[in-house]
Amino acid sequence: MTKRTHKKLRLTKKVFSFPYILFLLLFVVIPLVLILVNAFLDSENNLTLDNFKMFFGAPSSLIVLGNSLLVGVITTALCLIIGYPVAYILSKISSGKIIVLLYVLPMFINFLIRTLATKAIFIAMGVELGMGTVLFGMVYNYLPFMIMPLHTTLSGIDKSYIEAAQDLGADKATVFLKTVLPLSVSGILSGITMVFIPTISTYAISQLLSNGKIFLFGDSIQLSFEQGLYGVGSIMSIVMLIFVLISNFIMNKFNRNSNAVRRSLW
Amino acid sequence: MVKSTEKKKPAEQVKSFFEKFYLFIILAILYAPILLLVIYSFSNSSNFNFDQGFNFKAYVAIFTSDKSPELWTAIGNTLLIASVSSVIATVMGTFASIGIFNLGKRARRLVENVNQFPIINSEIVMAVSLMVFFVTFAFPEGYLRLIIAHIAFCTPYVVLSVLPKLESMDPNIYEAALDLGANPFKALTKVMIPIISPGIVSGFVMAFVMSMDDFIITQINKGAATGINTLSTYIYSDARVQGLEPFWYAIFSIILVVVLAALLTINLVKIQKQKQKDREAKVQ
Repeated sequence: MTKRTHKKLRLTKKVFSFPYILFLLLFVVIPLVLILVNAFLDSENNLTLDNFKMFFGAPSSLIVLGNSLLVGVITTALCLIIGYPVAYILSKISSGKIIVLLYVLPMFINFLIRTLATKAIFIAMGVELGMGTVLFGMVYNYLPFMIMPLHTTLSGIDKSYIEAAQDLGADKATVFLKTVLPLSVSGILSGITMVFIPTISTYAISQLLSNGKIFLFGDSIQLSFEQGLYGVGSIMSIVMLIFVLISNFIMNKFNRNSNAVRRSLW
Repeated sequence: MVKSTEKKKPAEQVKSFFEKFYLFIILAILYAPILLLVIYSFSNSSNFNFDQGFNFKAYVAIFTSDKSPELWTAIGNTLLIASVSSVIATVMGTFASIGIFNLGKRARRLVENVNQFPIINSEIVMAVSLMVFFVTFAFPEGYLRLIIAHIAFCTPYVVLSVLPKLESMDPNIYEAALDLGANPFKALTKVMIPIISPGIVSGFVMAFVMSMDDFIITQINKGAATGINTLSTYIYSDARVQGLEPFWYAIFSIILVVVLAALLTINLVKIQKQKQKDREAKVQ
């Protein structure tokens, strides 16, 4: 008897998720399916493969993709080079857990405000807007995303590994290269994906910081849809989605146990 | 044990000095634009000079500029969209979490993965996919599209903050309420929801903040013809053309102070609570 009521209750509670499942289906799954479908349609809704030709055949769109990847790689590398020491030093300080918040706080201020502020300062200093300022803006924007996962991983490393390495006669460089660095790989990877993916798909930052001279993949996705080129826009979105899925796959693989770190700031 | 031998050598001191110096430099660069913005909000200039001396003109202009009506409409829209969508997201997300928690293993994993998608997906792709959806099914332009879009990217965060609370809840408590004669509805509202309420509250705050902070999804889904602007899309449309007018410095400064104050309080309260817990754990 109790077993039956129990089962019934589970059934009724399950129902609570149905509105949201329907919502997800309607506003998350179907829109993505529509993107897939649109990639194969021309402007008259006939089946076609022209969109692929238009995207992969046109040097201009591939150049934008290439530029975005380049900006993404450079930004990610800079964030890693600048952010790793920050996270490493903080992980050694006892109050590092609190100080790291200072590095993360700017992230909560709208990126447009921060970008426009840096732009105004560059203009006031007479710095010419171009690739340099775009890269600065990107690093400035995404550095916290690198420091956060790195700090979580680095401060979670058991100190006894380091002591053991020292006891076994390793000098400082060896201790770092052979114990700390390998143990922080999962943090490095999640930092890289958290910086790289948003960077290649940013919209507006590069345009604002280069006065429209530098145009990245996110901007060109937006532009194609604005011009009504749904087909090509959809293909670009699919390319972007593939990057997202690959990076997420890598993250999940290396990061199974510290999954909660990702974007859970509160 | 090691500490007795840890007399710092001069080399170590130099190293520690450089480490602190490095931390400071990076922090200074991160905060420089923000601080300059706040300082020059009292100069009523848009190119960083104090020619007019220290004054509050930029702050007055928030109310008196010829752009004020548009600005205040945008602020109103931001708050309206954020409140409506975060409330709906919280209610739907909370019930969804209870439901998901009781789904079968495979169904649960599937729903959780789909729920994860708006979070991992690149914002621009989410924005254009919703736009294509709205256009294809001829949704009326304007608030409806924006609110649906905001609910779509906010709810996953609510689910992510409520589910762990359900997992850590002792299932016997709910059963006990039933055994003591509460009907399922009462057991839910009087027992379960109070227990998971910290998760609900943080989910709500997160949804509200995410919605207020959003630019890309709003910009792409607002529709050019409606003229609806939130604060971020209005900043973009206004500043892209002629740079920042002085009153923007004032507004940004106000936003900065509010955001930083809110975050510091939340985190200080959190740290305080953690300390108290640690102390209690020690006593036990």
